[in-house]
Amino acid sequence: MALDSKVPKGPIKDKWTDYKNHIDLVNPANKRHIDVIVVGTGLAGGSAAATLAELGYNVKAFAYQDSPRRAHSIAAQGGINAAKNYQGDGDSTYRLFYDTVKGGDYRSREANVHRLAEVSANIIDQCVAQGVPFARDYGGLLDNRSFGGVLVSRTFYAKGQTGQQLLLGAYSAMNRQIARGKIEMFNRHEMLDVVKVDGKARGIITRNLITGEIERHSAHAVVIATGGYGNVYFLSTNAMGSNATAAWKIHKKGAYFANPCYTQIHPTCIPRSGDYQSKLTLMSESLRNDGRIWVPAKIEDAQAIQQGKLKPTDLAEEDRDYYLERRYPAFGNLVPRDVASRAAKERCDAGFGVNATGEAVYLDFAAAIERYGKEQAKIQNIDNPSEEKIYELGQAIVEAKYGNLFQMYEKIVDENPYETPMMIYPATHYTMGGVWVDYNLMTTVEGLYCIGEANFSDHGANRLGASALMQGLADGYFVLPYTIGDYLSDDIRTGKIPTDTKEFEEAEKEVKDRIDFFINNKGTKSVDHFHKRLGKVMWDKVGMARNEKGLKEAMAEIKAIREEFWKEVKVPGSANEMNPELEKAGRVADFLELGELFAKDALVREESCGGHFREESVELDGPQKGEAKRNDKDFAFVSAWEYKGEPADAVLHKEELEFNDIELKQRSYK
Amino acid sequence: MNLTLKIWRQKDSNAKGQMVDYKVTDISEHMSFLEMMDVLNEQLVNTGEEPVAFDHDCREGICGMCSMYINGEAHGPDRGITTCQLHMRMFNDGDTITIEPFRAAAFPVIKDLVVDRMAFERIQQAGGYISVNTSGNTQDANSIPISKHAADEAMDAATCIGCGACVATCKNSSAMLFVGAKVSQYALLPQGQVEAADRVKNMVAQMDLEGFGNCTNTGACEIECPKGISLDNIARMNRELMKANIS
Repeated sequence: MALDSKVPKGPIKDKWTDYKNHIDLVNPANKRHIDVIVVGTGLAGGSAAATLAELGYNVKAFAYQDSPRRAHSIAAQGGINAAKNYQGDGDSTYRLFYDTVKGGDYRSREANVHRLAEVSANIIDQCVAQGVPFARDYGGLLDNRSFGGVLVSRTFYAKGQTGQQLLLGAYSAMNRQIARGKIEMFNRHEMLDVVKVDGKARGIITRNLITGEIERHSAHAVVIATGGYGNVYFLSTNAMGSNATAAWKIHKKGAYFANPCYTQIHPTCIPRSGDYQSKLTLMSESLRNDGRIWVPAKIEDAQAIQQGKLKPTDLAEEDRDYYLERRYPAFGNLVPRDVASRAAKERCDAGFGVNATGEAVYLDFAAAIERYGKEQAKIQNIDNPSEEKIYELGQAIVEAKYGNLFQMYEKIVDENPYETPMMIYPATHYTMGGVWVDYNLMTTVEGLYCIGEANFSDHGANRLGASALMQGLADGYFVLPYTIGDYLSDDIRTGKIPTDTKEFEEAEKEVKDRIDFFINNKGTKSVDHFHKRLGKVMWDKVGMARNEKGLKEAMAEIKAIREEFWKEVKVPGSANEMNPELEKAGRVADFLELGELFAKDALVREESCGGHFREESVELDGPQKGEAKRNDKDFAFVSAWEYKGEPADAVLHKEELEFNDIELKQRSYK
Repeated sequence: MNLTLKIWRQKDSNAKGQMVDYKVTDISEHMSFLEMMDVLNEQLVNTGEEPVAFDHDCREGICGMCSMYINGEAHGPDRGITTCQLHMRMFNDGDTITIEPFRAAAFPVIKDLVVDRMAFERIQQAGGYISVNTSGNTQDANSIPISKHAADEAMDAATCIGCGACVATCKNSSAMLFVGAKVSQYALLPQGQVEAADRVKNMVAQMDLEGFGNCTNTGACEIECPKGISLDNIARMNRELMKANIS
């Protein structure tokens, strides 16, 4: 099947407007005869469910948690981008579009990104109208901060809990529709397969996580909004339950999976402390607005720190290496995430890491505290303030800005980050890759849509900070409600989709058989045992730096772990009850396939771009020496993989990327 | 460190539950409490026993899923945190730790430490929203200035994670801190004014219907709240309700 991105013709700035003017609409009286299933209720799914219900469709929404409010969008800290140009610092739709394409290392689809930039401003209007308490300045207007990879302040925020507030906004919109009976909410339900009838997605099979009951649900269209697959690494900043099962199941039923190797390793996370570790915690990128990242300049100092003989505060200014400021003077500590992560790894690999494991760098707020303190002393007319007074005033400002993050750090690490620099290290955070979708956000299966982090479309090979929230809400509030209407306009006479058909029966049987297998298998090892082993292979060989040899080994090792898993996995309890081990078993089984495709995709892409760094592809000389080297001649395409059984047998389809409005050039943040 | 755990085990909502003793050894002080529970569960799986079911997800204190009542305190013996943020350094070698679900008539136990908090959902559905459609065709976000003070206070109220620690802590199983927080967030913002009266009446009515108790100003909820939601929110809700009832 040839890939058709269905990007409308015409100049980029008119595409979305023209598209909306010419699509088919469904009249309000007919919408009430049409059902839509939305799986996942984070920012993308929650906003889509609320909006579709508002429009008049009958929505069934599904979440594995006990409430939509608990989806992992809630953990997004820093903010949401929008081209409002409230600061008058030169921002515009075009600039947000440009920054996002450049930040994505020229591997995203121009038309989708431009549409995202166009609707971004509306998101802020919408959220304020919903009662989202964004941060404001003393004049009562909205405040902004700056994020990595850009030169303007366009990020709106609600303390360090922006994702929480935006999700609660979408959740409140959902609640209004649940109360009106337009959304039927299925909490503690997990989708275990999609059902296709005559080639179209017409329903799903779910498991009630309380009773274990397997249920059939039908609809005229199915929307997948189940987030990313970062937990393939076992350790990530994702929630414990975040999984790729819905995305992987639809892949197996015909939806192509795009660019699985594009993963964001976030530079500012709390380093791991031991083998028992269950997840990693992110420290918001907003901290890089004020924090300076450094390691000791001398290897002997680094070693002394690793052995606990020296404290960071003992080191004089000239003995510190602010390596981001040194290597990237223009962007400094605010280089994009992929660049910052690799730079940290480079220093730690060279032996300059600052904790016992040698895998940590400092994020230091001393300079910011001093700067803010002096500023406050001036504002408050304090002449000749003492050092203590400056520190006190400065600390208050830092606390107001980042207090909850500092508290979170102190609770986990048991050190006071006001007094000693934070220790941070990169961790898996976000997956840019995902289910392939066209301009309509439809997958390669008719009537099956994919939105938010679960799709691949907007962030290319690297996502800029504060853009995930923007994309999730743009897809759900403003894009999908138009595009899905165009498709559903053909379904006004279809009538209810019956669930007592052979297609539903077969899908249900497949789901039940797999559950029975897990319950009856007389294995010897826990699900986590296999998940941890998979995670180690992924981190070591398909992590921040990848090479041909390692990737080939990873594919073979993952396959071997998968085969052992199906022999040796042990799931206690029964199928007809709440059984968290059973839930995990299904998810890890899917990760064990996805991981291999991930490595295969990384192997095929013999270039470095964004979050995907191939050691064989670096600049060998010139001012960019040592930086990642992209290869536009051979790799300016989207890799869309078709399922053929074993992940190693997946077939590659290419969507060539055309750049008509932005010139392709090497990303430079120097 | 080595610990004895006394954990509430209950097969399902209809079964009779009981406390069961477990031993865990070699627990690092740097582990989180839930990582200690992971160690116990891995141990149980390996010996063929059913692991302890407990709610958890983000493990960074924001999703509101985790809900353990540890040594008689919601989220355990530390302040301003959820169970997932509790660390083993709060305990000593040889300790016996009692772990129960959040208990309230309105939060029936589903299994072991997992409780049903759908009552909170129904309260939110009764009025925890502003009736604005999601078309995006609203007015510009900066067209109504909101004082920084009001915005910050609304944010402080909105920071509630809906975990239910307030209910589990309250001797009356009252949900007034939870409801007060949502009512306050909207009461403090101009966008929330239009429906303010109906909102507070409907949410309070639903709260009573769910079987939550009344507030007797003990203040334990505020102390145990992982997000530091202030009792002021309950006072504000009462004012809003009075205003709604006399206007």
